[in-house]
Amino acid sequence: MKENVVLEMKNIHKSFPGVRALQNVDFTLCEGEIHALMGENGAGKSTLIKILTGVYEKDEGQIFLKGKDKAVVIRSPQDAQKLGISTVYQEITLCPNLSVAENMYIGRTSGMGMNWKKVNKDAEEILKSLDIPAKATQQLGSCSIAVQQMVAIARAVDMDCKVLILDEPTSSLDDQEVKKLFKLMLDLRSRGVGIIFVTHFLDQVYEVCDKITVLRDGQLVGEYEIKDLPRVKLVSKMLGKEFDDTTEIKDSSLIYDKEDAKDCVFEVEGLSSNAGIKPFDFSVKKGEVSGFAGLLGSGRSECVRAIFGADKVVGGTVKKNGKVIKITKPINAMKNGIGYLPEDRKRDGIVGDLSVRENIILALQVLKGFFKPLSKAEADKFADEYIKLLDIKTASADTPIKSLSGGNQQKVILARWLLTHPEYLILDEPTRGIDIGTKVDIQKLVLKLASEGMSVTFISSETDEMLRTCSRLVVMRDRKMVGEISGDDLNQSKIMSTIAGGENK
Amino acid sequence: MTKIFKRQIFIPIAAMLALLLFNLIIDPSFFHISLTTNNAGDPVLSGNLISILNNGSELAILALGMTLVTAASGGQDISVGATIAIAGSVVLKIVCGANEVSVGIVLVAFLVACLVSMAFGAFNGALVSIFKIQPMVATLILFTAGRSIAAWINNNAQINISDPKFTYIAEFFPGLPIPTPFLITILCFIIMALFMKFTNIGLYSQAVGINENSSKLNGINPVFIKFLTFVILGLCVAVCGLIKVSRSRGITYSSIAENIEMDAILAVALGGNALGGGKFNMTASVIGAYVIQILTTTLYKYNISSAALSAYKAIVVIVLVVISAPTVRRKAKAVTDKIKANFARKEVA
Amino acid sequence: MKKILAIVLMAVMALGLVACGKGKDDGLIKVGIINNDPNESGYRTANDKSMKDQFTKENGYDASFSYSLKNDEQIAAAQKFIQDEVDYLLLSAAGTSGWDTVLKDAQKAGIKVILFDRTIDADASLYEASIVSDMAKEGETAVAWLKGQNLKEYNIIHLQGVMGSAAQVGRSGALDATAKSDGWNIVKQQTAEWSAEKAQQIVQSVIDAKTPFNVIYAENDDMAKGAVAALDAAGISHGVGKDVVIMGFDCNKWALQELLNKNWNYDGQCNPFQASYIHDIIQKLEKGESPAQKTIILDEKGFDAATITADDVEKYGI
Repeated sequence: MKENVVLEMKNIHKSFPGVRALQNVDFTLCEGEIHALMGENGAGKSTLIKILTGVYEKDEGQIFLKGKDKAVVIRSPQDAQKLGISTVYQEITLCPNLSVAENMYIGRTSGMGMNWKKVNKDAEEILKSLDIPAKATQQLGSCSIAVQQMVAIARAVDMDCKVLILDEPTSSLDDQEVKKLFKLMLDLRSRGVGIIFVTHFLDQVYEVCDKITVLRDGQLVGEYEIKDLPRVKLVSKMLGKEFDDTTEIKDSSLIYDKEDAKDCVFEVEGLSSNAGIKPFDFSVKKGEVSGFAGLLGSGRSECVRAIFGADKVVGGTVKKNGKVIKITKPINAMKNGIGYLPEDRKRDGIVGDLSVRENIILALQVLKGFFKPLSKAEADKFADEYIKLLDIKTASADTPIKSLSGGNQQKVILARWLLTHPEYLILDEPTRGIDIGTKVDIQKLVLKLASEGMSVTFISSETDEMLRTCSRLVVMRDRKMVGEISGDDLNQSKIMSTIAGGENK
Repeated sequence: MTKIFKRQIFIPIAAMLALLLFNLIIDPSFFHISLTTNNAGDPVLSGNLISILNNGSELAILALGMTLVTAASGGQDISVGATIAIAGSVVLKIVCGANEVSVGIVLVAFLVACLVSMAFGAFNGALVSIFKIQPMVATLILFTAGRSIAAWINNNAQINISDPKFTYIAEFFPGLPIPTPFLITILCFIIMALFMKFTNIGLYSQAVGINENSSKLNGINPVFIKFLTFVILGLCVAVCGLIKVSRSRGITYSSIAENIEMDAILAVALGGNALGGGKFNMTASVIGAYVIQILTTTLYKYNISSAALSAYKAIVVIVLVVISAPTVRRKAKAVTDKIKANFARKEVA
Repeated sequence: MKKILAIVLMAVMALGLVACGKGKDDGLIKVGIINNDPNESGYRTANDKSMKDQFTKENGYDASFSYSLKNDEQIAAAQKFIQDEVDYLLLSAAGTSGWDTVLKDAQKAGIKVILFDRTIDADASLYEASIVSDMAKEGETAVAWLKGQNLKEYNIIHLQGVMGSAAQVGRSGALDATAKSDGWNIVKQQTAEWSAEKAQQIVQSVIDAKTPFNVIYAENDDMAKGAVAALDAAGISHGVGKDVVIMGFDCNKWALQELLNKNWNYDGQCNPFQASYIHDIIQKLEKGESPAQKTIILDEKGFDAATITADDVEKYGI
């Protein structure tokens, strides 16, 4: 083991029934290094992390840690923690019904007693030093997802860790919060902590990382210094083919021509909901891709939820083709040809234990009605059709959706709505936490659907993505609509300045 | 082959086979079925297996409704024993109130009992779905009060009814050698199967049980679905109430269908259904119900006091739960793999 | 805010207690009656009814009732009655132990305690009298009747009540003793916990096993009824002059009717009408006399299907 190496994994093998998740993978982490672990969904990142944290047991291979002369055995997350390996997962794994301080200290004290006053005080200090907007005594569930994530990081940081694993920590954070997190990561790096950073955001990799290890199909592609691996090359390594990241879509010239579509399908006037958004106007034009931009918590999701009837509407009207329609429940919106892919896939989208087939047909089935179930043959047909159409990677249509990767789960939800043939499809963060290949697939699909006459609203935290797909952007700030941008104005700086609330030109 | 082991229905079937095998080894006459004549002069089938099919009926019918409630609401109705007492009391009130027992009056009594039971089911359902009270807590109300309500309906009167037109329900119809409760159970299965086939109750209740948020966003009304499952359970309760009062030719308010709620929940659990809601397999629950009855009949046969029955049930539950736990299955698989590997090595050598 | 509310509530409760303490100027004798749940059985229903009919305003009583099948709840009820300053505490205890403290409290408060239906493990000085059925005697009467039938052989299915209850112990004891001394064959002895359904299943299992039997000794009427249902289904005749002798206890009206119809053979009485006995004792105590005996055993009969009359059914049926 080299002097400054803190963790070395050698010849790691892991199989699941029918799948070779990892074959002969090596991974090395040095002190004071931020090391990106990259790969498409199914590349084996999660498996490698889970072996390192004791969730899975490896089939073969060895793990060495600094300060231990023999290979270490990690059988459980507790083992990993004792060895100084801490993890912050993409999905919050804390207890929402406990307080922030309790979450930070639970399971870490020796003995039964606990001095809660001291714990609360210590927690308060850590939260303060990390600039996390939460009180130690606050119930965790009452914090936003972003803050919950940061508490999880605070918990990990406070544990005397040598290896910190961040598994998609930024997927629910807005730019400001990401900045804070990066500051924290750099701080930890200077203190000699080795950080493994798993993310789908390429920008972020190039912003903070020192090294990149790329996995593909359970095998090691290679380890690179960041300066030796420009973006395009990284993407091609991940995908295993030459891939021109952003240009491909731009060139596809499928973008809506604003002269084509003047007719509004839906018109929203003065709509507001109990989620606290100010009344807003919005129009949905045939064959157009529109978008809602804004920071996390600016009210972009709340707007579309109000249109779909997911939150209680307290004022305003929605017109379809000039006629006022009443939407108080999602089923009303669905009957009027609106589909909604929600922001939080796990909480609001998938029905985890049900099969891929049942998840695909769910919305259509509800539209058809309680007394008209689809026959087995019809359901099979629809499921197979959309699995093929969207290239959903699943063992079979009977597989429970929860065992699919994030990207494929999202495709299933997409299939669910496409199957209802909506006139207007709302996609709220459809690309969050999924791999780049699927992201591009979804973006392309959105443009294709629009070209076929469907109206789409596309919401994303990544402005790049919105610029690539949307021809009109509504900008939200503090739960209020603050501007609408289209045509030549549609560029990064204009969006940024509108979001930030600076001058308009 | 491994696929069969992974199927949910494997657990209750294996339990059933194990119990039957035990009986086969100890006393093969357990399986003897004979055609005899009852005191009314009609041909009837008798034997342990017939007794099991007969006596397991109420539990099997109850398991149907309990499975749906469990799936949609992620909790169980513990008031079914008490509401069976109410349904039975209503049936007797009407049947005994008439001058003469006739098929018509029994039918009317049953229909009224259905309405009453569904109303009580709706009461439970409303507490659970609209007021979001945990099912066990919500149904605790009727669990406590139900038997007093049942007694109040008949002014606490002791009722004895031995008119054959009424007791046919729990015994044998003239000319039909199969116990009537079993026929009623089959009818209930068929109705439930048709209901599941021609409506989306299965898909909806599972979706609601697994992810209420998502169901709502897909246009399902979770409040209504949960409510509906309790009303359906109410219907099952009415059928059980009718059979029970016919079986005991009367009613003892404090002990009719005593502890049946625990057996019904156990049946659902034995069927491998998650008690926390979500995916379910109704056939497995029904098999679970008959497993409990086989166990009961077996224990009676071997002179084990009914007071000790619950202890034996507990042992069976522990064994089944442990067997079906994922960790144990994994370990078991590792062991069998090892043995297989050893054999293979020896053969090579 | 919560504290203020608590104080207000406590004040209200205190006032309530003061209010409760008043009264007793109307010349009525104040009795607190603690009984088991009347839904428990027909016996208990009849027992409760007789109490309610006896202790009325017309008869000079101001009666309060409390029902529970749980000992601790009954003890709590007794404490409440002591606070209410009743004159007499009438008690049918759910469990035999744990009563010493509360009965001493009653004694200190000058409250007289009369036990009915069930005895307890407490010093006899703590109560004035107890009026009970002698369950063992009930059993002995029944077994003596059975012996008098002079059957060629005795193959008995013995259906027991809830194990450990006084009725079960008494009624089982007599049969066990005679079966041992006279060499009767008990083919099945199992508790059906007073339940008709369980009794039916147990008898069914004996029939399914093809074990011969000719007597069913059920420790209450419900279990006898369940047993008869199983016999009917299997085509086995029962009653006077038939294959199987049916015996029950408690003398429910419908059960006596079965005797009258000769479908059953014997029913032992368990007298629930204790209220009049209690009334007599209270009257004596009020006059300053003490009851003749501390323990009063109720008169109890056994009815034979061969001799029972329609009048008996009306008079003794509950």
